[in-house]
Amino acid sequence: MERSGIPTAVITNLVTIAEQVGAPRIVPGRGIPYPSGDPSLSPQAEQAWRRRLVQRALDAVATAVEHPTIFEVDVVERADA
Amino acid sequence: MRIVHYLNQFYAGLGGEETAGIGPRMLDGTVGPGRLLAQLLGDQHQIIATIVCGDNHAASNATAAQELLDLARGAGAELLVAGPAFGSGRYGLACARLVAAADAAGLPALATMHPDNPGITDAGAAPVVAAGATAREMRPTLRRVAAAIAKLATGATLTAQDGRVVKAARIGRLVEQRAAARAVELVLRRLGGDQQSTEVPVGGFDAVEPAAPVDKLASATVALVTEAAVVPAGNPDRLESARATRWLRYPIEGIDALASGEWESVAGGFATTAANADPNRVLPLDAARTLEREGAIGRLHGEFMVTVGNGTPVATARRFGVEWAAELRKAGVQAAILTAT
Repeated sequence: MERSGIPTAVITNLVTIAEQVGAPRIVPGRGIPYPSGDPSLSPQAEQAWRRRLVQRALDAVATAVEHPTIFEVDVVERADA
Repeated sequence: MRIVHYLNQFYAGLGGEETAGIGPRMLDGTVGPGRLLAQLLGDQHQIIATIVCGDNHAASNATAAQELLDLARGAGAELLVAGPAFGSGRYGLACARLVAAADAAGLPALATMHPDNPGITDAGAAPVVAAGATAREMRPTLRRVAAAIAKLATGATLTAQDGRVVKAARIGRLVEQRAAARAVELVLRRLGGDQQSTEVPVGGFDAVEPAAPVDKLASATVALVTEAAVVPAGNPDRLESARATRWLRYPIEGIDALASGEWESVAGGFATTAANADPNRVLPLDAARTLEREGAIGRLHGEFMVTVGNGTPVATARRFGVEWAAELRKAGVQAAILTAT
C-alpha cells in the first residue's frame, strides 16, 4: 500500500518482523492477539491507550520517513490504570 | 550426539492458543514430532530433552531465547534443533532466535521452517533447513532435517543441497571476464529463455519505497484495514481463518465502535478471546471515531478492508495490498491504519 502511495501505519506487537519486511511506519502494540488493545487495563484506561495508539498512527502517516521507522507511544496508562 | 529439541506449546502437546503465553520449560526425552525425528536419526544421535515455550511468550520476550538456550545447555545439549515451524510466524521467529543464540554461543544448531516464514531472518548465521508449508509435510521435512543433523554433527557446513535456505552471501572473488562481458552473456542467456541465472541472488522481501506523508491530516480521509480477520458475527461471507485467498470489506458508516457479539475475529493463528470480548482491540474503530469527531482527521473511510494474515503467502498478501491501495485511491483515501496480529 505504501508502494502504491498510501502512507500506512501498521499497529503490531511483532515489531521486528514489521521492520524486516520493510513496513515504513510501525506503531508498537502490546500483544499479538490485541494490536490495538490491552486487556490488562481498566476499560477507561484501555480506551485512552487505544486513542493515543491511533493518534500515534496518525502522526506516523503525517511524517516523512525513508526506511522502517518505529513510532513509540509513551507509556502512561500503566501507572494510573 | 546429545540433541535437545525445541517445540512450541502446540507441538509439545501442552495446548493451543490458550497456553501460548507459557514461559520456557523442559520436558524429558522426545515429544510430538521429536518421536519421529528420533526414529529417523537412528542410534547415533539421541534426543535427550525437549524444550518448550508458548508462541506469544517466545515472540514477545527478548530474553526467551537465552533462557531456552540455558535450559538446553543445562540438559547437556551437544546440538540443538528447533521446529519444524512450517509457515507459522511466531513459532518460526522463536526457532530462528533460539538457533541464532545457540550459534552465537558456539552450540551447533539448526532450525527448520518454510522458506517464506517471516521469522527466518532472525536466524542470523545459523542454518535453517527448509520445511513444507504446513504440518502435512511433517515426514518429508523431518527426513531432510535428520540428514542435516547427521551432517552438522560431523562438523560440516550445511548447504543448499542439504535443504538449507541459503541467504544471499556475497563473497568477493576474482573472475576472468570483466563485468560488461558477463552482463552481455547474462542478457543473452535471458533471451534464450533462462529466467534463473544471476550473479546477485536477491531473496525475501522487496524494499518498500515509503509513500509521501499526508499533508493536511485534518482534512484527510483515513481508512482502517486489518489482517486480523474481523468479520460480522457468524462470518457470513466465510472468510478463511488461515491461508487467505481473498479479502472482504464491511461498511462502518454510522457505527461508533465494534460491539462484542456483533463482530468477531475468525483468525486461526492466535487466541481470539480478547479480540472477541472487544473487537476494537483488533480494529480500533472507537478511537478512530473519537479522533474523527474531534477533528484530528477529516473523515474516516466508510468501510474497512479485512483479510487474514495467518499463513497467507507473501505473494498473496502483496496482491491484496495492491488491490486495497487501488480501491482506497479510487475512493479518495489519503492514508491507512493497518492492525496486524
